[in-house]
Amino acid sequence: MSELRIAMEQVRYSTISTLRNPAAVFFGLMLPVVFLLIFATIFGNETIEARGGIKTSTYYVPGLVALGIVSTTFVNLAITLVVLRENRVLKRLRGTPLPVPAFIAGRASSAFGMAIALTVVLLAVGRLAYGVSLPGNTIPAVVLGLLVGSAAFCCLGFAVSSLIPNEDAAPAVINAIVLPLYFISGVFFPTDDAPAWLNNLASVFPIKHLAEALLNAFEPSTTGAGIEWVDLAVVAAWGLAGLVVAALSFRWTPKGE
Amino acid sequence: MISASGLRKSYGGVEAVKGVDLEVRAGEVFAFLGPNGAGKTTTVEILEGYRDRDGGEARVLGVDPVHPTRRWRSRIGIVLQSSKPDAYLTVRETLAEYAGFYPEPRPVNEIVERVGLADSADKRVGKLSGGQQRRLDVALALVGDPELVFLDEPTTGFDPSARRGAWELIAALRELGKTVFLTTHYMDEAQELADRVAIIRDGEIVAQGPPGELGGRSARHRIRFLLPRGVAAADLPLRPTDLRDRRVVIEVERPLEPLNRLTTWAIENGHDLTDLEVERPSLEDVYLELTEAPGE
Repeated sequence: MSELRIAMEQVRYSTISTLRNPAAVFFGLMLPVVFLLIFATIFGNETIEARGGIKTSTYYVPGLVALGIVSTTFVNLAITLVVLRENRVLKRLRGTPLPVPAFIAGRASSAFGMAIALTVVLLAVGRLAYGVSLPGNTIPAVVLGLLVGSAAFCCLGFAVSSLIPNEDAAPAVINAIVLPLYFISGVFFPTDDAPAWLNNLASVFPIKHLAEALLNAFEPSTTGAGIEWVDLAVVAAWGLAGLVVAALSFRWTPKGE
Repeated sequence: MISASGLRKSYGGVEAVKGVDLEVRAGEVFAFLGPNGAGKTTTVEILEGYRDRDGGEARVLGVDPVHPTRRWRSRIGIVLQSSKPDAYLTVRETLAEYAGFYPEPRPVNEIVERVGLADSADKRVGKLSGGQQRRLDVALALVGDPELVFLDEPTTGFDPSARRGAWELIAALRELGKTVFLTTHYMDEAQELADRVAIIRDGEIVAQGPPGELGGRSARHRIRFLLPRGVAAADLPLRPTDLRDRRVVIEVERPLEPLNRLTTWAIENGHDLTDLEVERPSLEDVYLELTEAPGE
């Protein structure tokens, strides 16, 4: 089936392009690892009582996996799509027989692949450098978080790209969205002691729920499979909303064309 | 190949295209001329399937471009006025990616050769010069081996030698039997390349036909020379159409007989007609006459 072959080739070229883009590689792939090395090295030996006596180095692994999923899917996709749109690459592709589903699947799968790779690297660094072990029976919870999170944040990436007016604004808009959310969502440090209103605010958005779902799989107090269905449902709901916005407002051309 | 009648398109109550009729035949290079804002791009984008229309009929390769299909798209190549392919892929990768979209693409090496990018095939797109990027644009339109190629201002911003190169490329497309729909605002380009041209002004076609046969007052030859010293305009055997600083212009429909009278008169009276020249009617004259508003 030619659609499938074309989609596979889209994954390939999209991945090559991302891996050659210094900003995408540094902010999307390297920075989460650097954060883990810095945070776990400096604060790694403390324990967090509010989280069942979890070691700080263990706490950072799921938090930064959440950050990595957001940066490889949402951040990279949204910025890349705006750049491609404003340079009329999308318009040009629209004028070829490239099937639209193959294009979307190609871009999203490439981003998903990077999210998987980054997660594996973060888990490996955590395990090898800081002895953070993944309890065997919660592995499905981590995989599920990765799947649901990547899918949802890909949809949100497509959605947000249509709301960004031009290429110059793209990194600024995206970072203005994700940076404050990282801080209030417990990615960099636990927010259990933060004011209730701030935690309530963070709970509206999907990053906190993704981080919570992943963190739960690492907490020593977790028993059973550790799947946080409610958190995952909130992330998935955001993804669906993103899908609707993307379907209604995605643009293939710069404004006015 | 292309037939359109009564095409209409408005933006916010302003009519950009007001009933355009076009006919492009198989295997010809068709040049679409007009000033900026005359409705060129809107018309082309309707035919390319990018925009819908408010009225009129259009058939491109037998298909209404409002309903583009993959099959139809695979028979058409499009070069947009400005587009920059993914900067991080090489020329070869970009062409291979696009080739994969088409049922029967041309080999990438052949296309790279044809547009003169063989030496830069492994360069990243972001490192190409402006002219090379434009050639890649053309290459991307050709890689699917289309029957019909739309070129929107393909040589804007080119230096003279790059323009020559692009012209040779477009002429070569005709040799290959492709139909070319060329949008340009360079008259020499249309004159050099086009079998037929259409001129659009304020959303309406004001002339359509082979470049040499477009009508208008300016479709006349011009005889120019310097008025010899001691000669008054009234002494000339022909009445000047224009006389400024001793520069005489005489417009005639057929130059042979008037030229004979003029030179015979000059020889018999011992006058030298300095800078004597006969100018063929140029497309530019026709174009300027048809596109300039009265009083301008």
